[in-house]
Amino acid sequence: MSSRRIFARPARFAAIAPYLWMVLFFLVPFGFVLKIGLSQTAIAQPPYEPVFDLTAGWEALKTAFAALSIDNFKLLASDDIYVFAYVRSLTVALTATALLLVIGYPIAYGMARLPKRWQAVAMVLVIVPFWTSFLIRIYAWINILQHDGLLNQILLALHLVSQPVVWLSTDTAMYIGIVYSYLPFMILPLYATLAKMEPVLEEAASDLGAPPLQVFWLVTFPLSLPGVGAGVLLCFIPIVGEFVIPDLLAGSNSLMIGQTLWLEFFTNKDWPVASAAAIVLLVVLLVPLLLYERLQKRQLEQGR
Amino acid sequence: MTDELPKTDLAADAHPAAGQPLLRIEGVAKTFGTFRAVDGVSLDIKAGEFFALLGPSGCGKTTLLRMLAGFEAPDEGRILLDGKDIAQALPHERPINMMFQNYALFPHLSVRDNIAFGLKRAGLARTEIATRVAEMVALVKLEGLEKRKPDQLSGGQRQRVALARALARRPKLLLLDEPLAALDKKLRENTQGELMELQRRLGMTFIIVTHDQEEAMTMADRIGVMKSGKLAQVAPPRELYEAPRSRWIAEFVGDINLFDGESKLRDGHRLVIGTRDAGTLVVAEPREPVGAGRFAVAIRPEKIKLSRRGPVSEAGHETTLNRLDGVIADICYLGGSTTYKVKLETGGMVQASVANSARLDVDAYSLNQHVVAWFTPDDCVVLPS
Repeated sequence: MSSRRIFARPARFAAIAPYLWMVLFFLVPFGFVLKIGLSQTAIAQPPYEPVFDLTAGWEALKTAFAALSIDNFKLLASDDIYVFAYVRSLTVALTATALLLVIGYPIAYGMARLPKRWQAVAMVLVIVPFWTSFLIRIYAWINILQHDGLLNQILLALHLVSQPVVWLSTDTAMYIGIVYSYLPFMILPLYATLAKMEPVLEEAASDLGAPPLQVFWLVTFPLSLPGVGAGVLLCFIPIVGEFVIPDLLAGSNSLMIGQTLWLEFFTNKDWPVASAAAIVLLVVLLVPLLLYERLQKRQLEQGR
Repeated sequence: MTDELPKTDLAADAHPAAGQPLLRIEGVAKTFGTFRAVDGVSLDIKAGEFFALLGPSGCGKTTLLRMLAGFEAPDEGRILLDGKDIAQALPHERPINMMFQNYALFPHLSVRDNIAFGLKRAGLARTEIATRVAEMVALVKLEGLEKRKPDQLSGGQRQRVALARALARRPKLLLLDEPLAALDKKLRENTQGELMELQRRLGMTFIIVTHDQEEAMTMADRIGVMKSGKLAQVAPPRELYEAPRSRWIAEFVGDINLFDGESKLRDGHRLVIGTRDAGTLVVAEPREPVGAGRFAVAIRPEKIKLSRRGPVSEAGHETTLNRLDGVIADICYLGGSTTYKVKLETGGMVQASVANSARLDVDAYSLNQHVVAWFTPDDCVVLPS
């Protein structure tokens, strides 16, 4: 009995810890954001009202509560700027994720088919960019893509173009930046599933009369779907809220929701609308998040 | 159910032109880096034959099988199927199917879809596929499990799905890579019988790769023993066991007593060989006469009889016998038989396997008991040393 207690306490704490983490660092801040999202902007410190003052007594608190409204959410739904920003975010994320899948899959497949020794090397090569700050790497891309940058120099030297191409402040530059930054997140889960897959299954398929392309579509690809799902969601979810890459590389004529949020918060000092926008973004992302969780659970069950 | 399956239907393509072997392997070699995995193998396999490739791990038997399936291309030599060279053909272009060692069932497909996989690739009509799948399911007795996924099946059931999947395309040649290795002993023995029965009924040609010599002996019409990438001997099981061609084969297949010695004289069809460990032995001259020189005399343990006083000579049946005196040094009881190790007075050790034909141990020997081990000249095989 006593020995069991000794183990029970830390074990129970370990089970509570993730919930504690969630409450402290997600639910509580979310409560703040939600409350600000329901407030109105004001020229004050903080720049919104009402402010809950727990020392002002019960009645004051009740009036403060009554002052909360969903006007900000109505604004988000009615103003084209926000709707467009959401649509653009989703479009960019979808396009970029599709590009990532098309580029990442062959790389992951190639890695998984390398001799074991070289797989480790390839893995390091995929991870190495993380050793440099993300921001520095994006600035490096600005350097490469600018008017007299490396890319234009190469294109001119090869006589592929007669004058420098405008790369910076275009969607192309933004997609290059996004794909470059998120590629490891696509490759790693794909590689994990493909490396686990027995090559003998592909042999069996070809033995049964399937030419190489059919082997891929009928056996390899379906069996790698858990990795595809993980990679797609791991990229799609953060890209929707991406702020830095579109801000530095894309033009300013159409904004993603992350940029809109930043503008509202820092330029317009409209904390309530920014908060409301953040909450809507969260709700939009809840669907793929839940999907991701279900996928992981199913994989765990299959892994028994 | 399964008995109604028309034999001719499945065996339709199995018979090539008369006189020609179904499969001819000609000087096939394969090198990985500096390792010569298969080193000049030539072999003919007849239609309808059950052939076993036997050998220790790393002997090249699996590489040879993979070259037949098309997963490896030979560096040298030809592989003729019905007279057509298929050595460089891709796996999906060959009318050969394989049953993989760990079955390699597609985990995302049901039993039915696993079996139908090859049929769909062959472009058969939907109704034809359904008929054939049902035929196969009945053949391997998997009725009612068609919708299960491989991970919902037992080991034995998975083995049957793998077999059905490989048979469904009615291949001219079925390759089986250690097909029973993953099954436990009892199930393995039953399955051996079923495989033989199936092969006979379908009239198909099977090539099985195994490291289990009993399995090869039980099932195959002929066995090819491989060593270091070469075929050491190709023979029916009985010949392989009773007339091994080399010392290595004699030792690899079954248990054997070996005595090194030198031939002393020839007496009709008898050779007299002086051995270091077992004195002078009289042996039958091998079919291919041997000259003088050094030989090994090989005797299987079950050919050696033990008795307390000496060979019981039956009246009027006097034969030359080899008689070795010794004491029992070790006893290994195996149920059906007992293996005795006898320390010979001449210094050597001999192993004798005695059938336990009586339930009570009236003829059992005890440790350190004096015995006479005896055998006839015909029980010996003379091997080049």
